[in-house]
Amino acid sequence: MVTAENVHPEPGWRLGKAREALLAYALLAPALLLFIAFTFFPIGFGLYISLHNWRLGPREFLGLGNYIRALSLNSEFWPSLGATLTYSLLAVPLQISIALTLAYLLFQKIRGKSLFRVVMFLPWVTSTVATAAVWARLYSPDIGLINGVLKNLGLTPLRWLLEDKGVFTLIARGLGVALPDWLRGPSLAMVAVVIYTTWVFVGYNMTLFLAGLGNIPGEMYEAAKIDGANGWQLFRHITWPLLSPTTFFVVLITVIGTLKAFNHIWVMTQGDNGTQTASILIYRQFYEFQRAGYASALAFLLSAVILVVTIVQNRVAAERVNY
Amino acid sequence: MATVTAAPFSQVDTRRASGRPLGEVNPLIYLVLIIVGIASLIPFVWMVLTSVKDYGDVVSLRFWPWPPLGNSTPRFDNFAEAIRLIGVDRDTGLPMFFRHVLNTAAVTAIVIASSVTTSVLAAYAFAQLEFPAKNALFILVLATFMIPEELILVPRAVMMNKNYLNWYNTLPAMVAPFLANAFGIFLIRQFFLQIPRDLYDAARIDGAGHMRYLTLVMIPLARPAILTLALLEFIWTWNEFRWIQLVTSSSNMRTVSVGLVGFLQTDGGAQTQLAMAVAVMVVLPVVVLYFFTQRYFTEGITTTGLKG
Repeated sequence: MVTAENVHPEPGWRLGKAREALLAYALLAPALLLFIAFTFFPIGFGLYISLHNWRLGPREFLGLGNYIRALSLNSEFWPSLGATLTYSLLAVPLQISIALTLAYLLFQKIRGKSLFRVVMFLPWVTSTVATAAVWARLYSPDIGLINGVLKNLGLTPLRWLLEDKGVFTLIARGLGVALPDWLRGPSLAMVAVVIYTTWVFVGYNMTLFLAGLGNIPGEMYEAAKIDGANGWQLFRHITWPLLSPTTFFVVLITVIGTLKAFNHIWVMTQGDNGTQTASILIYRQFYEFQRAGYASALAFLLSAVILVVTIVQNRVAAERVNY
Repeated sequence: MATVTAAPFSQVDTRRASGRPLGEVNPLIYLVLIIVGIASLIPFVWMVLTSVKDYGDVVSLRFWPWPPLGNSTPRFDNFAEAIRLIGVDRDTGLPMFFRHVLNTAAVTAIVIASSVTTSVLAAYAFAQLEFPAKNALFILVLATFMIPEELILVPRAVMMNKNYLNWYNTLPAMVAPFLANAFGIFLIRQFFLQIPRDLYDAARIDGAGHMRYLTLVMIPLARPAILTLALLEFIWTWNEFRWIQLVTSSSNMRTVSVGLVGFLQTDGGAQTQLAMAVAVMVVLPVVVLYFFTQRYFTEGITTTGLKG
């Protein structure tokens, strides 16, 4: 099809532009309409729902009633936010440090590099529901592999996902000390969930770090080595600063991912034993109790937390990251 | 074509010089990597071994109860037993597990077809065309990344009930949120941007319009990116749980992941070897697909870096 502008550049130019714009909107329409219907509209609808007592439909207008209830002192929102942040603070440093270490090791010229990568990435690929079900059985107090190994090593078996006592309390009890309640630490169930999460995401984060390491020019290392830098100095003064955009990015998506974590926690504990994170609470309020209004209000509060964390991280990154 | 298709993914090439010759690698590094590799695989190995144990061997905690370490025989009947306990679908007369597989396949096929189509079309507009509000619309697409799924989960589900769309417990409800996604648009746009503009000029001189250029030149060139998107959509949809659980009520509308969670809560699922037999069947298609196509997964993730 010969377009008008080939023949008459002057008047045809505008016609060509208009046709191009029309074509563009036609191509964008399916995706944009779907986004409007199932992403943007639900935000406004969710806000509307959150202002009501809502079962199958609106019952009564409550104004900010659901928010006030969620933010009141004895609401379950605060413990759930505490559980969410605990989960995030345990999982993020563990995942990032292990992933970065593994990426750095794998980046050396070693044999079987791609085999290691494929194997370590596998947990991320497979269904979290299925692998969480497997881990729930591995953690089983009676028939789990983990307690089996502990028993063989002559150690005390633990109750893992069924244990709501804090890990510091358990450690202190092992040493014959009683700790005050506020020093109990995260529940052992929470720690068990974090270990599972690490297993799932380390390979994924490592893959991102490997790509970042690949972007650092090899000449930088050569130059530093000529200047007599040793392995640690190479890492500290070349790899770490030049990798900082990748590190920032991986930290950002890991933090957001942990704040939203749901599937595996639901399968492993249903939110029991100190693992009721905000996303579990939202789901329970809606799925078990049909409280759509209250659940929507909780969802807005969680999203506000996620937004604030994202903004703070961006601020920090603007100061620290070398682009 | 090879140079064009390889370009966007070149950043994953980790073989670039790190400046160390092969001989200097510390053997401890291999030890650490092997331990981590084993830790990554052990849960899968345990799952597969447990799925063919009898109940006595599960309870006695024997990792390998078969010869030469023990005298049990592998019980492949566990799979048939688990499928029998999940029940029968009255509509089709099929075992319910197969109904779940068919549902999952249908949902996955629809989601892949729709998200690939909408992504390719939108990506072409963003990469190749000029139009008013282009940047604003692109930001709008990227904004869908930033919206937490939690925020829209409840209103989306409310939209499906009988007062609104009335899609509750139907296929449209199961697929609706996944029919288009910003990740796909972004991934394919990145790829399209790498294709030299000269190709378009040449095609136009040959008389091709935008649609012919897209279907005859761009799509064939972007095959690796499209395949990456299709594979990622496959695993995300195959593994989807929360949404499907929320908008379906009858067992025969459920997918394998939802069916697995349901089975875990039954007496049959309380028997670990049967639970693991179902888990093996849920995980297996994804693992097989992954081993044959793993290159595309890492490429897709490192190109766009998004979606944890």
